Amino acid sequence: MTDTSTEDAATRPAPPPGAPRRGFFQSLEIDVRLLGMIAAFVLIALAFNYSTGGRFLTPRNVFNLTIQTVSVAIMATGMVFVIVTRHIDLAVGALLATCSAVMAMMQTRWALELFDLSLGDPMLAWIAIAAGVVVGGVIGAFQGWLIGYLTIPAFIVTLGGLLIWRNVGWYLTNGQTIGPLNDTFQLFGGINGTLGVTWSWVVGLIAAALTLLILWNARRTKVAHGFPVKPMWAEAVVAGLIVVGILGLVAMLNAYEVPERVLERDFAARGLEVPEGYTAGYGLPYSVLLLIAVAIVMTVVAQRTRLGRYIFATGGNPDAAELSGINTRLLTVKVFAIMGVLVALAAVVASARLTNHTNDIGTLDELRVIAAAVIGGTALSGGIGTIYGAILGALIMQSLQSGMAMVGVDAPFQNIVVGAVLVNAVMIDIAYRTEAIRFLAGLVIVAEVTLILWAFYTPIWALLFLGIAGGALVLARMRRIV
Amino acid sequence: MATPLVDMRNISIAFGGVQAVDDVSLDLHAGEVVGLLGHNGAGKSTLIKCLSGAYRPDSGEIWIDGKKADIASPRDARHYNIETIYQTLALADNLDAPSNLFLGREITNAFGLVDDARMEAETRKIMSRLNPNFKKINEPVSALSGGQRQSVAIARAVYFNARILIMDEPTAALGVHESKMVADLIQELKAQGLGIFLISHDTREMMELCDRVAVMKNGQLVAAAKVEDVTEDDILSMIILGKKPDHLAA
Repeated sequence: MTDTSTEDAATRPAPPPGAPRRGFFQSLEIDVRLLGMIAAFVLIALAFNYSTGGRFLTPRNVFNLTIQTVSVAIMATGMVFVIVTRHIDLAVGALLATCSAVMAMMQTRWALELFDLSLGDPMLAWIAIAAGVVVGGVIGAFQGWLIGYLTIPAFIVTLGGLLIWRNVGWYLTNGQTIGPLNDTFQLFGGINGTLGVTWSWVVGLIAAALTLLILWNARRTKVAHGFPVKPMWAEAVVAGLIVVGILGLVAMLNAYEVPERVLERDFAARGLEVPEGYTAGYGLPYSVLLLIAVAIVMTVVAQRTRLGRYIFATGGNPDAAELSGINTRLLTVKVFAIMGVLVALAAVVASARLTNHTNDIGTLDELRVIAAAVIGGTALSGGIGTIYGAILGALIMQSLQSGMAMVGVDAPFQNIVVGAVLVNAVMIDIAYRTEAIRFLAGLVIVAEVTLILWAFYTPIWALLFLGIAGGALVLARMRRIV
Repeated sequence: MATPLVDMRNISIAFGGVQAVDDVSLDLHAGEVVGLLGHNGAGKSTLIKCLSGAYRPDSGEIWIDGKKADIASPRDARHYNIETIYQTLALADNLDAPSNLFLGREITNAFGLVDDARMEAETRKIMSRLNPNFKKINEPVSALSGGQRQSVAIARAVYFNARILIMDEPTAALGVHESKMVADLIQELKAQGLGIFLISHDTREMMELCDRVAVMKNGQLVAAAKVEDVTEDDILSMIILGKKPDHLAA
């Protein structure tokens, strides 16, 4: 058979055999989509930092941003599996409320009677978390069973679930706010549970060392099998970027110093006084560690286990998966059970951050989670998606939201922008893969930017932009570039 | 005569009111290629899906190597070393060639994790034998040509030591050159002692590739005959009229 691939002209032309001339980014072998997302994130961060006069990239704000992202990001990793298998889960926000209600009731009432514990006992936190995870997993598995075995569309099952679980949570708590939650439980909320400077550096250095080890190991395996490897300098650039990223985040979180009055309170609780000149940084919050652990486990599942392979195969071609002997019904149950467990973990973080369970906790989270996964490159047509993309998507969403709040954008505009960003992100992603719509997508973006300039700056700038960008686009169209 | 590799006896299956396969018996020997012909909806694919485990016949038995076989799912079929290459190319487009080749039978390491490097090495090995031009090992198979995709599907059958191979229109999506390549491969597999069921609409191709042809019409088997005993016209009349030619009827 000849090598007559019908390769889409959109993708790069294949280099001639024997002469592998590769560009800078090709040598790095970084996913273009990942690069685009990181670029978008950096752009957003820099823009907000500029327009808030440097307040966006302060340690304090970065700290808040990370702990606000965790809950949605944890759920988004599970939503990747759900969407990859061509399903959807609209019930995550409601299920979060049920899990949160169960955990709150468990640690403030039920477990006290069941196990004869007193309020404040650290065991209560762990009993509550275990109960929440079981409830989340069982409800998720049940929904997956309805979808997989009874073939009720996921949209319907989870739309029903949205109404049911939101109100089961309400029923369990009589609609009351339950709190304050157990002190140990609150450690997972963010500010109330951090590693401190020293341990954060230790964790950061271990993570960096592990990254280098994994990269080195992957390269060694490739060399052992005689596969092509990327040049050493490219390997070094990628490794360097990751290490700088990890240690940079740790440095940032460590730089956020515990306020003096909080220190005073903590020392006073131990009957001590704050020593002269004593300062302490917060460092890595436990909730962020939880997110990192979830991300690692989910990535390993996605890329290195049969379960993950089957999830992606089923999303790509359900018939082929079935014919290959994969039990796609059971797979659906597993995917939704995983989603349920992750919702429970997200519920721990969300309620611990608020220090109590509220009746409306997790409201609209289903939309944030789906948006995060989709902005992160998960295709609703199934088969495509990454864990890191979903987390990055969650981070981008949260940055937009809190950035706009800091700048002082009116509340209605905040949501308008988030909605527009979601639609635009998917449009750009489709345009990247489909040549046919590229010109139209370009026109839409030019029109949007023109409108924004017209409304918020001056018509002259808008017209200038329209002339230049529109002209360039039309020229590119005539030259058949787009 | 030796025990047939596959012996399908009195297979019937109906969907709703339609008798898709009606009391069909057909056998296949090792090192033999049997072609199945007939119009669309004649029941060829349905019959063969009973063997590959995609459908369960309402009645009838399947014997393999002289023993009664119970094939309830594609997984069971694999257990009997039955491999199927589907018309629709049963590949997951979003995955690369090694993932597709080993789908459902991944090589795992000591930790139970998927060993991509070894699967890639095995894929490179078998591909260098089947299709030396195959280079895009790490790209999703959606980026491959029809012939390359078909060679992935065939490699899957060959790699796992299929003894019974079912090919449903294996050349339907291919160009002339690629069809030739598949034809050569069929001859090679036959020489290795595999039994092959081939489904196609191309009568001439079937005359070249097969040892026997079986013609179906309206769910029933019209006739099965050695290719040297029939002409192309005989086959066409069986397909269209559903009647055995006179010299076979005796």
